[in-house]
Amino acid sequence: MTAVDGVDLHVRAGEVFGVLGRSGAGKSTLLRCVNLLERPDEGRVVVAGRELPALSGGELRRARQGIGMIHQHFGLLGSRTVAGNVAFPLEVMGVPRARRAERVAELLELVGLADHAKAYPAQISGGQKQRVGIARALAGEPKVLLSDEATSALDPETTDSILELLRRLNRDLGLTILLITHEMNVVKRICDAAALMRDGRFTESGPLRELLARPGSELARGLFPLPPVPHRPGATVADVTFVGAATGRPVISTLAREHDVDVNILAGAVETVGGAPVGRLRIELPGPPEGNAQHLAFLREAGLTVEVASAVPAEVLRVGGAPPDVAAVGTSDEEAK
Amino acid sequence: MSWTEMAPLLRDATVDTLYMVGVSTLLTAVFGLLLGVLLVLTDRGGLLTAPLVNRVLGAIVNVGRSLPFIILLIALMPFTRLVVGTTIDSTAAIVPLTVGAIPFYARLVEAALREVDRDVVAAAKAMGASVREIVVKVLLREARPGLVAGLTVTVIALIGYSAMAGTVGGGGLGDVAVRFGYERFETEVMVATVVLLIVLVQVVQMLGDLMARRLSRR
Repeated sequence: MTAVDGVDLHVRAGEVFGVLGRSGAGKSTLLRCVNLLERPDEGRVVVAGRELPALSGGELRRARQGIGMIHQHFGLLGSRTVAGNVAFPLEVMGVPRARRAERVAELLELVGLADHAKAYPAQISGGQKQRVGIARALAGEPKVLLSDEATSALDPETTDSILELLRRLNRDLGLTILLITHEMNVVKRICDAAALMRDGRFTESGPLRELLARPGSELARGLFPLPPVPHRPGATVADVTFVGAATGRPVISTLAREHDVDVNILAGAVETVGGAPVGRLRIELPGPPEGNAQHLAFLREAGLTVEVASAVPAEVLRVGGAPPDVAAVGTSDEEAK
Repeated sequence: MSWTEMAPLLRDATVDTLYMVGVSTLLTAVFGLLLGVLLVLTDRGGLLTAPLVNRVLGAIVNVGRSLPFIILLIALMPFTRLVVGTTIDSTAAIVPLTVGAIPFYARLVEAALREVDRDVVAAAKAMGASVREIVVKVLLREARPGLVAGLTVTVIALIGYSAMAGTVGGGGLGDVAVRFGYERFETEVMVATVVLLIVLVQVVQMLGDLMARRLSRR
């Protein structure tokens, strides 16, 4: 059985990349391929400039020490205290005992758990457990963090606090994060780029801003769930997306004033995506699309993405050809080539 | 039989039982753990997947577990002579007791190790831990309560098996119960040995439970 097929994933250094998909889509397998917990049958895996499948057993173990990973069910050692759990990777790395204690204290401070060093996992909450997981994943000062549904077992508020922590680590430590999730909210809150995965393949992928500006993007529609398109004979229904600078200008009212056209707003939403405000409006213009060509062109010239709603095919947008599986994480562009 | 006659008899028998069960428990713990770990490691999806080795080990364990202990005791005589140089005394009884208990405990070890959260093992692997580190620091350590509980069950089974050690002159409480209580109708001796065995089993179970509870951090 092929779980992941023809996936070309390139995460830039310092980026938060989310792979979104339902369970069974192959996300988890893909993530496990990145640190070779799962060995791909063919293709390349390059992490922080190193070609992992070419490494020997010992080299691979050392390479893994430089790749952090956090898990849906935390994966903490129940028989060790919080501090003991964070010390574990340091033991594996052969860090001397005295230095270990120091480093454990630093890491617990970083994730806000300094007070819980002596507690056992069974005595702390889910959110705190994941913080321990994060502290542990950072022990080896990794450049890359892999997150396997890290917030899926948490309630919404805890999820938010964990996502905030990940975002902060991304900014402060320059940590490259590759995460998989089935929650659109996770992508919306912290990802710079994302891919949608289905049946072992990416159906679309790219920086969020580009995806939002891409007509027919399922991810964009997921980020902005607008109600179903109403059937309006004799009118043009269009979805207009504002990204970045365009959000600051009164484009719609300019259109109405300068072109003397009645713009009817059917639905709308403003969200913060990847830290930037993004808006989407569903508008209605009188007359068929052909008659509104110049109005739509005006909006496009103003830097907005315009999709005539009824004309959008439900067909999924396919990305490029299908090269052999390639996953490059935390590499600069030239390294990935 | 008077109490003064009975006392040294019971004392010697208790010492024999403790000796046989004690030594065979130690040996069983070592080899049972080893075999249990191998069963888990070589299984499909294990850290050292080796289906053929796994099947062979599984078959050996099953054969060991299907033989009635009394048959094992006799069938192993040549092997016992090879190992301890004799086939009649309590030291000789230790060999079949150990051989009989290893597969029993190995299965309990296997079950306890399988209970360890897969995410924990994946996490250790992702941290770059070696197979040895995962076995020692993750599997065996996380499974400690289960391993202790399993060993408790095994010790009690060994106490039961040791009653048959008399067949090879191993002595022990069970042997006294059979020879005096059953064959010579000395009811007081029977009652006394049974009471001693009950106390022994109770104490072992209590200690085992206490230890398992102290090791468990849930």
